[in-house]
Amino acid sequence: MAAAKTTSGPGGSIAGAARDAILAGVVALGIFGPLVGLKTEQNMQNELVITTRWGLVAIIVGIVIAGRFLLTTTIWPAMTRNKMRDKPAATAGEIAFRARLARWFAPTGLVFLFIYPALMVYFLGFQGSLKWVDNFGIQILIYVMLGWGLNIVVGLAGLLDLGYVAFYAVGAYSYALLATHFGLSFWLLLPLAGTLAALWGIMLGFPVLRLRGDYLAIVTLAFGEIIRLVLINFRELTNGSAGISSIPKITFFGIYSFELSAPNNFAKVFDLPMSSAYYKIFLYYLILLLALLTAFVTLRLRKLPVGRAWEALREDEIACRSLGINTTNTKLTAFALGAMFGGFAGSFFAARQGFVSPESFTFMESAVIVAIVVLGGMGSMIGVALAAVAMIGGTELLRELDFLKAVFGEGFDPDQFRMLIFGLAMVLVMIWKPRGFVSAREPTVFLNERKSISGSFVKEGHG
Amino acid sequence: MEIFLQQLINGITLGSIYGLIAIGYTMVFGIIGMVNFAHGDVFMVSAFIAMIFFLLFTTVLGVSSVIMALIAVMIIAMVLTGLLNWAIERVAYRPLRGSFRLAPLISAIGMSIVLSNFIQVAQGPRNKPLPPVLSGTITLMERNNFAATISYKQIMIWVVTAVLLAGFWYVVQKTPLGRAQRACEQDRKMAALLGVNVDRTISLTFVMGAALAAVAGTLYLTYYGVVNFSDGFTPGVKAFTAAVLGGIGSLPGAVLGGLLIGLIETFWSGYFSIDYKDVAAFSILAIVLIFMPQGLLGRPEVEKV
Amino acid sequence: MSSALSSEPTLRRWTADPVLTVEHVQMRFGGLVAVNDLSFEVGRGDITALIGPNGAGKTTVFNCITGFYKPTQGMLLLKHAKGDTFLLERMPDYRISAKARVARTFQNIRLFSGMTVLENLLVAQHNRLMLASGMTILGVLGLPSYKRAEKESIEAAKFWLEKTGLTARADDPAGDLPYGAQRRLEIARAMCTEPQLLCLDEPAAGLNPRESAELNTLLLDIRKMGTTSILLIEHDMSVVMEISDHVVVLEYGVKISDGTPSEVRNDPRVIAAYLGVDDEEVEKVEEQLDELTEGTTP
Ligand SMILES: Nc1ncnc2c1ncn2[C@@H]1O[C@H](COP(=O)(O)OP(=O)(O)OP(=O)(O)O)[C@@H](O)[C@H]1O
Ligand SMILES: [Mg+2]
Repeated sequence: MAAAKTTSGPGGSIAGAARDAILAGVVALGIFGPLVGLKTEQNMQNELVITTRWGLVAIIVGIVIAGRFLLTTTIWPAMTRNKMRDKPAATAGEIAFRARLARWFAPTGLVFLFIYPALMVYFLGFQGSLKWVDNFGIQILIYVMLGWGLNIVVGLAGLLDLGYVAFYAVGAYSYALLATHFGLSFWLLLPLAGTLAALWGIMLGFPVLRLRGDYLAIVTLAFGEIIRLVLINFRELTNGSAGISSIPKITFFGIYSFELSAPNNFAKVFDLPMSSAYYKIFLYYLILLLALLTAFVTLRLRKLPVGRAWEALREDEIACRSLGINTTNTKLTAFALGAMFGGFAGSFFAARQGFVSPESFTFMESAVIVAIVVLGGMGSMIGVALAAVAMIGGTELLRELDFLKAVFGEGFDPDQFRMLIFGLAMVLVMIWKPRGFVSAREPTVFLNERKSISGSFVKEGHG
Repeated sequence: MEIFLQQLINGITLGSIYGLIAIGYTMVFGIIGMVNFAHGDVFMVSAFIAMIFFLLFTTVLGVSSVIMALIAVMIIAMVLTGLLNWAIERVAYRPLRGSFRLAPLISAIGMSIVLSNFIQVAQGPRNKPLPPVLSGTITLMERNNFAATISYKQIMIWVVTAVLLAGFWYVVQKTPLGRAQRACEQDRKMAALLGVNVDRTISLTFVMGAALAAVAGTLYLTYYGVVNFSDGFTPGVKAFTAAVLGGIGSLPGAVLGGLLIGLIETFWSGYFSIDYKDVAAFSILAIVLIFMPQGLLGRPEVEKV
Repeated sequence: MSSALSSEPTLRRWTADPVLTVEHVQMRFGGLVAVNDLSFEVGRGDITALIGPNGAGKTTVFNCITGFYKPTQGMLLLKHAKGDTFLLERMPDYRISAKARVARTFQNIRLFSGMTVLENLLVAQHNRLMLASGMTILGVLGLPSYKRAEKESIEAAKFWLEKTGLTARADDPAGDLPYGAQRRLEIARAMCTEPQLLCLDEPAAGLNPRESAELNTLLLDIRKMGTTSILLIEHDMSVVMEISDHVVVLEYGVKISDGTPSEVRNDPRVIAAYLGVDDEEVEKVEEQLDELTEGTTP
């Protein structure tokens, strides 16, 4: 990457770098000049008028020039040097350290996840813990679960599914509709929603799974959009864009309720002060367990013939067929299983929000989940979890940038920049680590010694 | 009959816009095998550039001829959008060339998020309406109070699309650049060995795709008279559908696909229900891919064992 | 049929009990006829070589046998030692491997490069293991019957690792092996499916003389085990002459010779095809041998 970039400047000389930087500045001026410098706004008569912001443009162009100059003169040469130096430096000690880290990371992380709500309550009190358990804990864990579910399809079987959110929607609407119309319990509807999503997976998968490569991605994208559009337009059933509200809360396995008016309300029964924190903490543990179920099943399946066939399919489909593997069925199982976990997550999502609408199931959502899988490193459970924490946790943290108001004035809304930064992070992480955070693959079986496999041998699938 | 004629006219207009965007998808896919997800948003940005300059010319600089202003706006939008796409390719895609197949795709999705949110931040989330330009229609047929009309705007869109496609076709078929592009499509490594500057050819492909998207953006803006930061996604996906329908990698296919998608959409809205027009477009995409993955004019993909 | 065939003895060993009978097979790609009216037999327990110049259509024949292409005409009949017969042109590719038990290797090696050598060999035993895992359900529960089946599969894998000299590399990614080892692994993987017919597409290509000799030993070993017949494509004449029982020669998609190695070696049409001489000279040679050509070469 560095090599490709530096070729434009002759030999990395200062003059060349300066010329390069000026060029970058001119490009930046061309792009940002009109788009930032000329802000269009509606006046009282609803006409568009232009206000100029040349100062801001100057700052942006200045940053681009300086950044480009720094990159060519210091950062890339330093990175190239590092690369040269790093290669032989991966000593036995370092490898052992990495292996130890990998071995300890998962158990430590698990323990942390289980005591996380307790820690939050201990430090911040019930009310104060709400945000950290709900907006961070539950939100991230939903994406971890979705990422792990999609990881079966994309990471293991190598099938690029850009419409995964459809199964999430199927799960969410199954719960929302059946719970509001028939008053069925979450504990009955959870498996049902998963089954329905899996059936949809098979139904959609059957015609499309013989497609290769990007075509599969596009058809799944189309199916995702079709399901969302049907949810919007089939108003008799789904109430259209307005969505479905007052979805019942999940009960504590039917024993206690979290509805305020219920006689067996959790807080009333135990004579605790009323707080929504109990429900949130309960939800936290529920989604944690659901996510761990996903992980457990995936890890088990990887060591079974189906799991190996998925990975073999990702490596070389033709070789699979030459060995007597029914590739259509193998793909279908991956697709259906991924869909099932998406369905579980969906019904949990509906119960947690108490409200579903097609808004929550846009293509962007699918894109974010795919991004989590790829950024994490295809097939790696820990990588996917890390990516979910970084991407979802990171954007949630960006909501906390209120202090910037002090810098830029009251009119400044930091929330606007959240998705902008999210997108930039996606691009930068890909350039930095195209194979994701954890690219090495762990073998499923070994004869003498377990060695992890360098990501450079692992294929990405073409379907 | 009047309804049919009207839908035909509307469909061809819409289809011209989709076709222009679709070329950008098809060219990039043809040359580097990548689905450029950000292309729909590049189109949206171009519509914003056109909007800003149109406003600048008419309200600030006081250009009185709308036609002159539109021509100038279109040229500026083509240049600046080309520059933007050039920069995007340099920053977000080129470093990933030849690496992991999904990396450029994710990078493009990221870029699409960046572009739409950048416009939202820089220009605000509200719709940007322009005063109506080039109003006026020609009535072609009239019966029972329903008239099939064609507006000056629609005529302009047809003419501009036809002229630009002809010019574009000339560039791709007859110039050394076009030859280099086709060589890179066939075999990038061999082309490089034979002295084709592959990096530059790919860059120019992005610039050309963006310039055509900018034409579409300008036409879209004049046709609908309003643009919003979120307007990239749906036309983008539909144009992509068009590219696939026509056979991805095939330039005439992209135009044909665009026209078909435009016609399907307007006829569906005209005769069935406007609610499900997008469902129709996507269903056709799925059906075509399942039964005819190479599209209408694409070459079938042979898998050599 | 060329007249060269009419002079061959009526009874050939491989026609007595063929494992594979190819009859009048034609494969057409648009206007190109890659294989035309091809008939031959692969004798049970034999090593049969399919040879011919580049582009003769050898790989295409393999693809027809293993179901990757459907021949435009003709019949492919596979017969197991126990008597079951299969019409290969009617079966989808994965069933040809699973049911008719035809295994193959590829001219451009197709290993699961990101999986270990051992994993490659376990994937080859997929169908058996899948049954043992009760279509996954028993496996998820971790029942001992599956554990046992997996252990057996690993034993089978070990056997072939030993045979191919790959035991030491069992836990390395297949993509990390040197070229020759990858070729051997592909053969081991095919053998793990317990095939009745093993089709090898240029197994010796790119091997050094020592590796090539080892390959010969391996193939003769497989032949000695008696359960698997071998059909191989090979360019290296010394290999062909040394190990094969029966040779079929293709040129431009048409069979030009069929017989024992020594017969084929002395067939003037084969010599002509391999030396790449003009048609005229072929005719001269053939005239000298009092044989007529029908001008099969365009
Ligand atoms: N899928 C296909 N589509 C079109 N033509 C094909 C296809 N597969 C093979 N061919 C053509 O069929 C002919 C025979 O090819 P084949 O690969 O069978 O030759 P071969 O005898 O294996 O040659 P080599 O010794 O080089 O491997 C060639 O002209 C090839 O281009
Ligand atoms: Mg071949």
